Amino acid sequence: MSLDRKQIEEIAMLARLSIKAEDIPVHQQELGGILDMVEQMKPVDTDEIVPLAHPLEIDARLRPDVITEQDHRDKNQKMAPQTEAGYYLVPKVIE
Amino acid sequence: MFSHSLVELSRLLDQRSISSVELTELFLSRCQDHNQELNCFITLSPRTALEHAKAADKLINNKQHGPLTGIPFAHKDIFCTEGTRTSCGSKMLDNFQPPYDATVVKKLNQAGMVCLGKANMDEFAMGSSTETSFYGPTRNPWDLTKVPGGSSGGSASAVAARLIPAATGTDTGGSIRQPAALCGITGLKPTYGTVSRFGMIAFASSLDQGGPMTQTAEDAAMMMNAMAGFDINDSTSLERETTDYTANLNDSMDGIKIGLPKQYFSDDVDAGTIEKINDAIKQFEKGGAKIVDIELPKTALSIPSYYVVAPAEASSNLSRFDGVRFGYRAEDPKDLLDLYCRSRSEGFGNEVKRRIMIGTYVLSAGYYDAYYLKAQKVRRMIRDDFQQAFKEVDVIMGPTTSAPAFGLNELVDDPVQMYLADIFTVSVNLAGLPAISVPAGFSSGLPVGLQIIGDYFSEPRLLNLAHRFQQDTDWHKQIPEGFTE
Repeated sequence: MSLDRKQIEEIAMLARLSIKAEDIPVHQQELGGILDMVEQMKPVDTDEIVPLAHPLEIDARLRPDVITEQDHRDKNQKMAPQTEAGYYLVPKVIE
Repeated sequence: MFSHSLVELSRLLDQRSISSVELTELFLSRCQDHNQELNCFITLSPRTALEHAKAADKLINNKQHGPLTGIPFAHKDIFCTEGTRTSCGSKMLDNFQPPYDATVVKKLNQAGMVCLGKANMDEFAMGSSTETSFYGPTRNPWDLTKVPGGSSGGSASAVAARLIPAATGTDTGGSIRQPAALCGITGLKPTYGTVSRFGMIAFASSLDQGGPMTQTAEDAAMMMNAMAGFDINDSTSLERETTDYTANLNDSMDGIKIGLPKQYFSDDVDAGTIEKINDAIKQFEKGGAKIVDIELPKTALSIPSYYVVAPAEASSNLSRFDGVRFGYRAEDPKDLLDLYCRSRSEGFGNEVKRRIMIGTYVLSAGYYDAYYLKAQKVRRMIRDDFQQAFKEVDVIMGPTTSAPAFGLNELVDDPVQMYLADIFTVSVNLAGLPAISVPAGFSSGLPVGLQIIGDYFSEPRLLNLAHRFQQDTDWHKQIPEGFTE
């Protein structure tokens, strides 16, 4: 299984990772190797098998619809890289 | 004193033969003396440790203590500790001081244990050798040129060198059992949903499970009593009656059926390892257990299934690291996309990025069915294999790893070979089962681990068998040269 340069760039963009052009061959080789290993599943007949997403197949627990969370904004924002007046700062999005 | 088990330390504290402050000082000085050669710890917190030790001594003097009160230990650096840096072995979280404690942290605090620091680990628990840590590799105390296993390698190495009597670990694909095996200690991966995942930094949420790493099975049982239990804050935590994990330790093993899967004893497994596992099995036979040959035919498929499911979940979980709310942020971003991409690329190491990319690919439009759904179907087949086996036998035994510890840098550039080293451990996580690794001897001078796998919620049985084995053997009491004084 080999991925072309364009595919590597697309995956990196979807994953929000920036990769250097000169590193693309390394990514191709590494991801290709992993996908080759993963291909071992291909011949297994799984037509009748229901996918297993969770080992114990438990249902999500419901809780009463009441507010339990307290406001921890100050505490949480203490370790934010940049904040101002209770907001997280990011580069300008709208011109 | 430093080589005592939790049970022995507990008794000495209870008799007031030693104080928690004295114990804490003793283990802290061992940690400080040996950390340079082993690199087990990312952070040591002597000041808070001594404060906690003083508080523990007060409880002991007032006879308000429990069995773990005053005993020093360390947390894997994946468990959030309020006010103490929790890095997860990553540059991304190098400056991260959590605003809250993980449930496991809270529970062990309540039990009065004294946390000395945070143990080294593979970055975001992704690795089998503790070499992917931003803080450099941990070394195996049995041979400093070998890896301690991973991802809980700092915990395993520190317990093996007797720098601490116990540690916490987490196991997503073998990350408690494999380092326990390679360092010659005892490590239990509980049934999925037994130990709360709240505040345990997520890698693959349907596989992650915390557990104890100790010298003995009896100690692991003691730790489990404090660590396990329902937690409203973890949506997959199981509501079950409280289990006393120490209650069945001395049960008889007469008539217990032990399954030996053909696939776990193949020619690919190191001969010295097989020899030690066979010796261990004879020991169980002597105790009255019956041996049954079984098959786990899908064993080889567990690696491909796991290396789709785990990276898929990881790519989703790690999307929270965006340089906005916490963690590493790239300097001078030119726009929001640049902020995301560069913060992530500069903050994550190679193995983490590799898994994020694989996970992103297998979840992307057009590939989801062929990879992710296929892997989940194979996952069910692997679980069904085990369920079939447990109709016939009580537990399954085999080697935890196919070979003893490998060399530092030996596999670091070959991800697929590194992944294949997880062959006997990942299927247990895919199925959500409990399993324990116990020291079973040495091959070429390096520790060998015996893995005992049980059906859901069979931890008391696993601990019982491991404990009985440890009554008749002394592999778990061996201390690596250079750490005996």
